[in-house]
Amino acid sequence: MESPFRSEEAAFRFLLITIGAFALIVIASAISTVLGFITFLALSAASVAVYLRQRGPAPEPTHVEPLAGSDERRVLVVANETVGGQELLSAISTLAISQKTSFRVVCPALNSRLKTFTSDEDPAREAAQLRLDATIARLASVGIDATGEVGDGDPLVALDDAVRTFGPNEIVISTHPPGKSNWLERGVVDSVRARYDVPVTHVVVDLAEVPESGAYLPAADET
Amino acid sequence: MTAHAEPLHGQHDDHHGPPPANQSSRVDARVLGMLLFIGSEIMLFGSFFAAYFFIRVVNPSSSTITPDAWQFWPPCKEPPVGGQCTAGQYEFPVFVAGVNTCILVTSSFTVHWALQSIKRGQRAAFLAGMVLTFLMGLAFLLTQVVEYLNVGFNTSDGAFASVFFGLTGLHGAHVAVGLSLLLMVIIRGFRGHYSPEHHHGVELPGIYWHFVDVMWIVVYTTVYLL
Repeated sequence: MESPFRSEEAAFRFLLITIGAFALIVIASAISTVLGFITFLALSAASVAVYLRQRGPAPEPTHVEPLAGSDERRVLVVANETVGGQELLSAISTLAISQKTSFRVVCPALNSRLKTFTSDEDPAREAAQLRLDATIARLASVGIDATGEVGDGDPLVALDDAVRTFGPNEIVISTHPPGKSNWLERGVVDSVRARYDVPVTHVVVDLAEVPESGAYLPAADET
Repeated sequence: MTAHAEPLHGQHDDHHGPPPANQSSRVDARVLGMLLFIGSEIMLFGSFFAAYFFIRVVNPSSSTITPDAWQFWPPCKEPPVGGQCTAGQYEFPVFVAGVNTCILVTSSFTVHWALQSIKRGQRAAFLAGMVLTFLMGLAFLLTQVVEYLNVGFNTSDGAFASVFFGLTGLHGAHVAVGLSLLLMVIIRGFRGHYSPEHHHGVELPGIYWHFVDVMWIVVYTTVYLL
């Protein structure tokens, strides 16, 4: 959505549209009060629909500056319920073998909208922390040293924060398969690819096929 | 609108002062500020419009000091006799306000012209546009004062009068604030400020002025015409 007052030009355009819309309402009202009211409702509904459908210009990809002075690859892993999935662990292991790599795992504290609005976030953060601890322990058991953090409930905001503090060369994002993944439905992976100028690897983890891989991980309210 | 990931260590060693703020939200701070401002203005005007429609539609008998004159809008000056306004109705100065509306709308065109001019580096046109905008805004405000003096009713003449003065006065206050902003732009403009690269100080008052104009279109249509 774009604000009609985001710039002087946009505000001027909005003014002209307002003049036109209210002129129509006045003319319709002069014919009939009911017609005027219907015109008002129709124009209001149309303007809300247009406003909600608006898409701003696509932003340029953000340049991610790898941590200076670092000769190792830095990989940022974003995952939630799939954070303990075998496919993800395999992908991380492959990266760790090919080159000296530092890993940072981010678990967004996913929460329902209602709980987010009511600031009921503690259980979500605790569940995310449990998943994160389990994953880091599992990575450590195969010799991969990784750090981690619980991120914002919005995966894109969590990723933004982690990119700033970690400065990755590569991003790995793990989701459920298409059809089961809320993140894919929301276009999170595509948004991440469009947003940053570093390679983004998408790992699909089907917990239904390997139930033991995620059996010990607490579920989030929304994935 | 993009975020920028800054390196943590080792780079920009010559940089002094605090590091850039970590902005989690993808919404630009200036845009967010403008959205919050518009939201607060919508609530402010919305409360006045709620009072207006309550008086006019929901509880019209409260709109006048003569309780049985409610079926007329604007209300009768005296209690109606036999269903007729024998003493006539109060009248809103529709024509004068219409002329005022034209003045205000024209001033939006001139402020737009002024901004386009400074973007092209045409200082004379920029200054002319700003001065014209200010003069038209001032004319609008003065005309409204004259209208108040000659409108034929006062705030003591019932709730309809109170809400009329409240709504138009609230808008007039916004015009006065806008004039202050425009005056600052004019003074800075004559002192050589602003350029094709740096005109943010013109853009923001321009946005505000258009907003004031949009609100007047709503007020004029609702109060005077409908």
